[in-house]
Amino acid sequence: MQHVSPVRNPLVTGGKTYHDVTQDICYQVEAAPNVRWMGALSVALVLLGVFFYSVYRTLWFGIGEWGLNKTIGWAWDITNFVWWVGIGHAGTLISAVLLLFRQKWRTSINRAAEAMTIFAVICAAMFPVLHMGRPWLAFYVFPLQNTLGSLWANFNSPLLWDVFAISTYFTVSLVFWYTGLVPDFATIRDRAKGKIAKVSYSLLSMGWTGSAKHWSRYETVSLILAGVSTPLVLSVHTIVSMDFATSVVPGWHTTIFPPYFVAGAIFSGFAMVLTLMLITRVVFKLEDYITLEHIALMNKIMMVTGSIVGVAYITEFFIAWYSQVEYEQYCFINRATGPYWWAYLSMMSCNVLSPQFVWFRRIRYSIPMTFTLSIIVNIGMWFERFVIIVSSLHRDYLPSSWAMFSPTRIDVGVYVGTIGLFFTLFLLFAKFFPVINMAEVKSILKYGVDNGPTYNGPNNGAQLADRHMSPAPYSTPGVPASAPVNYDKHD
Amino acid sequence: MTKRFALGIFDDEDVLLHAIDNVRGNGVKIYDVFSPYPVHGIDDALGIERSRLPIAAFFYGMCGLAFALWLQIYTLGFDWPMIIGGKPNIALPAFIPVSFELTVFFTCHGMVITFYTISKLYPRFKTPVLDVRSTDDKFVMAVELDESSSQLPQLTKLLRENGASEVNQKEMTKF
Repeated sequence: MQHVSPVRNPLVTGGKTYHDVTQDICYQVEAAPNVRWMGALSVALVLLGVFFYSVYRTLWFGIGEWGLNKTIGWAWDITNFVWWVGIGHAGTLISAVLLLFRQKWRTSINRAAEAMTIFAVICAAMFPVLHMGRPWLAFYVFPLQNTLGSLWANFNSPLLWDVFAISTYFTVSLVFWYTGLVPDFATIRDRAKGKIAKVSYSLLSMGWTGSAKHWSRYETVSLILAGVSTPLVLSVHTIVSMDFATSVVPGWHTTIFPPYFVAGAIFSGFAMVLTLMLITRVVFKLEDYITLEHIALMNKIMMVTGSIVGVAYITEFFIAWYSQVEYEQYCFINRATGPYWWAYLSMMSCNVLSPQFVWFRRIRYSIPMTFTLSIIVNIGMWFERFVIIVSSLHRDYLPSSWAMFSPTRIDVGVYVGTIGLFFTLFLLFAKFFPVINMAEVKSILKYGVDNGPTYNGPNNGAQLADRHMSPAPYSTPGVPASAPVNYDKHD
Repeated sequence: MTKRFALGIFDDEDVLLHAIDNVRGNGVKIYDVFSPYPVHGIDDALGIERSRLPIAAFFYGMCGLAFALWLQIYTLGFDWPMIIGGKPNIALPAFIPVSFELTVFFTCHGMVITFYTISKLYPRFKTPVLDVRSTDDKFVMAVELDESSSQLPQLTKLLRENGASEVNQKEMTKF
């Protein structure tokens, strides 16, 4: 007998069985690529071409191909670096933090969000490496004795902390993602018809059989990885913010930066997850797995983090005035009213105003509105980094060295190119890997749908009859026990 | 060596858990249970001991922390001291970020490598599976049989009584 709970909505709609889940998600991997996927991949590949051309120009002619000058030594590259790293943070938040908080709805979106993390970090890493000018010497950042003597890396430098933070973050996310993929690769392997598919998914699945002992260890590993990833993800953007906060440049030298950057990262990351999920669910027909409920919940997280970011902007301004440091005050007035006022205005309107629309239920559950908002937030968060970096640098202590920044075509090319790189990787992932974690979705399929388990532990078979009792009814003060209680369908 | 198994196929995790109890209660030793997703409570039912991976993870983390502190103190404090902004050579507060990151790095990778090693999971060209449906929608309880498979009729009856939708026999040469 199936009993539908009046208080909990099922996390997966459409009355799916375990086999339906396997069918729906393996379909994309097994079927020939569809036209929409081919179309999207061609666009992504064109942009990837732009990336390779821009990188070639940057490497062949040097950093002079970018619009940097003596005053503004960091501009689009670091903006893009921080933007991409920030986007990556939502993936870890969904897979690790929501796992620790037992938010079971995360199971439908964690796989794709983690993939997004990995690809975003790859895109992010391009910028500091290219900015080195001689990327073939990139290994200098690691603490290796150089060829001239025993000079080591400087562990007091936040830029070196970044190297450790980003490489740890990348490898840990990769391992977390891959370990989650192994059982699903096994499912595809056991269904595969072709020889190539059989062998390649067998190699990828590492000989997974679904043995109880393996599952037990797998769950332990997931929990500990989630436990260490949670402080890790917070530390990564904290350290990214320290690239700025530990310097003495007005507008950067503030203690609010770490929490402010972390909130901003989650904010932009959720916007990107929403953008990707809204497309994925339609292209791959996954509306039963990524439901409106998921979209509304992600919207709520976006609203909360967006509001934290808004508070941080205002606090920054207040502290600049309150500190009585004239350079700090000038910097903030110049941000809002100086030559980069348009960037500041874009940042404020996109990041502070737009998430407030999500308070309206109608907007929270609306796909076109959510899609528009997610794009606006992504643009706004790019402007935030641009404002922080360029507007703080362009007018330094010496008015004779004041300058303006304008990007060259190569600047734009590298940025747009990384978007191509990101989407190429994401589309390949979506075609050849299961986009939804089948094993985890199967484990939550019965959530809110039946009477719950009757099994309470080993060798309690004798008491089986007692446990079929339904749970005690809810009692609300002031409402008679027999009064019918109406629960809103969604909230 | 060829191993013979009786496979009880179950459709529902709750039925499976009760069946595990009753089968074990009848003195039958279960070889393993294969399921498409982690079934909660199966560890207790099968008597699988709690994994000691967390202890290993803690150990790896401590190794990472020790390595990070040694690396930073040795290189900047002893091997090649540099004066950076007049700060002390061994500036412990500045060493916190790298120490933290390396602790996480060692914890994660050490534990995951241990997990794959002790579970004997490594890439192979062909994976032996008792029933391919166990990675799709069925829960498979495997009981090892002896050379003559004499226990099979009794076992079939027991598994059927406990809700198995089918009972199969399977021989595996490499498992």
